[in-house]
Amino acid sequence: MYRILYKEQLNQTVFRLDVLAPPVAAKAQPGQFVILRVDEAGERIPLTVADYDPVAGSVTVIFQAVGATTLALSRLQVGDCLADFVGPLGRATETDGLKKVAVISGGVGCAIAYPVAKKLHALGCEVHTVAGFRNADMVILQEAFREVSDRFFLMTDDGSAGEKGLVTDALRRLIEGGERYDKVIAIGPLPMMKFVCCLTKEYDVPTVVSMNPIMIDGTGMCGGCRLTVGGEMKFACVDGPEFDGHLVDFDEAMERASMYREQERHAYDSACNLFGKEGV
Amino acid sequence: MAVTKRQDMPTRDPLVRRNDFEEVALGYTPQQAVAEAKRCLSCKHKPCTGGCPVQIDIPAFIKLVAQEDFEGAYEVITRASSLPAVCGRVCPQETQCESKCVCGIKGEPVAIGRLERFVADWHRTHSNTLPAKPQTNGHRVAVVGSGPAGLACAGELAARGYAVTLFEALHRAGGVLVYGIPEFRLPKAIVQQEIALLQARGVELRTNMVVGKVLSVDELLDEEGFEAVFIGTGAGLPRFMGIPGEGLRGVYSANEFLTRINLMQAYKEDSATPLFRPRRVAVVGGGNVAMDAARCALRLGAEEVSVVYRRSAAELPARAEEVEHAKEEGITFRLLTNPVEILPDEARCVGGLRCVEMQLGEPDERGRRRPIPKADSEFVLPVDCVIMAIGTSPNPLIKSTTEGLVTQPFGGIAADENGATSRDGVFAGGDAVTGAATVILAMGAGKAAAASIDAYIRDKK
Repeated sequence: MYRILYKEQLNQTVFRLDVLAPPVAAKAQPGQFVILRVDEAGERIPLTVADYDPVAGSVTVIFQAVGATTLALSRLQVGDCLADFVGPLGRATETDGLKKVAVISGGVGCAIAYPVAKKLHALGCEVHTVAGFRNADMVILQEAFREVSDRFFLMTDDGSAGEKGLVTDALRRLIEGGERYDKVIAIGPLPMMKFVCCLTKEYDVPTVVSMNPIMIDGTGMCGGCRLTVGGEMKFACVDGPEFDGHLVDFDEAMERASMYREQERHAYDSACNLFGKEGV
Repeated sequence: MAVTKRQDMPTRDPLVRRNDFEEVALGYTPQQAVAEAKRCLSCKHKPCTGGCPVQIDIPAFIKLVAQEDFEGAYEVITRASSLPAVCGRVCPQETQCESKCVCGIKGEPVAIGRLERFVADWHRTHSNTLPAKPQTNGHRVAVVGSGPAGLACAGELAARGYAVTLFEALHRAGGVLVYGIPEFRLPKAIVQQEIALLQARGVELRTNMVVGKVLSVDELLDEEGFEAVFIGTGAGLPRFMGIPGEGLRGVYSANEFLTRINLMQAYKEDSATPLFRPRRVAVVGGGNVAMDAARCALRLGAEEVSVVYRRSAAELPARAEEVEHAKEEGITFRLLTNPVEILPDEARCVGGLRCVEMQLGEPDERGRRRPIPKADSEFVLPVDCVIMAIGTSPNPLIKSTTEGLVTQPFGGIAADENGATSRDGVFAGGDAVTGAATVILAMGAGKAAAASIDAYIRDKK
């Protein structure tokens, strides 16, 4: 069993959990993910590692309570245990040789982008971070990002925090203002990553995106996480989760991500009723 | 000696069983088992044993069944096989032991598989003695993968006194026996009991451990204190055809479809794993996995399920009994048919499968006649789900993180007949070496590797 050591609610729907899993903590790298099950009847869901502490043996995950499983996860308290917690899976973010990087992140994707920015910063790379959210209430990790970024831009759709606009507005301004990046790393909702890639393609800036498709085993066995990259079929769990954003077929990925949307909504509604209206 | 008729296997009514996941074949009664056992000629040269990948002394155990000494028969079988309840259900006996049976020359072969199953089930329901924990020799061996190869290897090593740790990537042990083969063909309680027996014999099980990721083979040897490692990670990576439309919603690998149903139990009300319940399904492929996927789809309530296979009935690689059961349940076989494109509907989910009719040409390098497309024979099968059951490739995780481990061109680990690989102290067997094959071949390989691990560790001392 995998005990919860720390819990924090970061905004209305986003939670942080630190889970005791020493073998995972010992190996985890930015960009990698874990697969967990809340309980014996639970589904296996992938969550990207948000932070890790090999000394304490803990792994941090940050997630949005959007489905039945993430809702159940958000109801757990410190001292509770997860049935399963396996990882780290997938390939780590490639950071070698990077001198100047723009980290573009959106929503709960910021939780995945943060350890990447942190590692790049620690390696002496110049990090420019753009973090986008719907509104001020949704903002997470602002201070953490500022600490590891040479330049930091906060964007909101309605202007209630930071600047009003999309992450692509800020990135375009940076590039057009003469910033030259070795790489752009984009992590967030699929439409956001798609439009970041459209922009960086215009300016020919190499761009990496982190894909988070539907997955079961996370070891290459089910093929459910397949996506098309440069015309070839890839499995996000073993070939990714990071890919060359200019080659990813985002439209197909968005379709595939919606496979169980109706069932998920139904399960979420039942779970909400089950838990009652208090809290979350 | 008079040629008597082979005892039929009692099965559940196809029209009833196609609606649930309970076991299809019910097993012989003791009377049937004894009657069937008496058909055996007890041939001195035992051709059947030669056809068994783990060399069970078949005439000896059948003789004991005929004498109603079922427990004695169990002992004979388990001297050679560690999973008789499993193999009695899933072995392709018609191409192995039963294909060599002398009774089969003029009539029907003795139902060796059904007798094996009967004996194992008898033992399970009538014996409550747990195996004694063998005297430990203090040497530690890591077995990676808890499928048939790993279970056989772990069982054999434990019996020889080794302290065995069995690593499993998923949350439940059993490998393909748990995620792949459905409940109606192999009840999961049987697999769980086999694993419980191994644990009673001292095997330590560590689930959620992806060797090749969380721990490397080198770490097992250098840091975790294991003297040898057996790799039995199977052939898990699903293949697709490379035709247009394979990314559409409603297209599954058989592995994903079966894993959702078998491992995650998504057909049950209380499972949190979502499952698409298709109406019209095409399963591409002709092996046991294709039969399993097709019959699962039917049990989820599909109105029409077709098996689409590019060769003819004679070449279907599935067990004869599975094909028979699938037909009884109402699966349509579209033989000499090959998919060329998966078509989207207006919502960009699967709307149809464009196929071409095939004919058999010259034999290929394996002697099977090569299917070639017929001109102007394309047609569209109206389906909302396509399941690809065209085979799997060995998992690359261990290969890519174990330096000096030589692999074959198709990705399988290179190992000799005793399971020795290019790395000292590293052994491998089963589908991870051969590519997708059978439960019994994997078990045989696991057992052989256990013997060479034993020899390797003794030599080192």
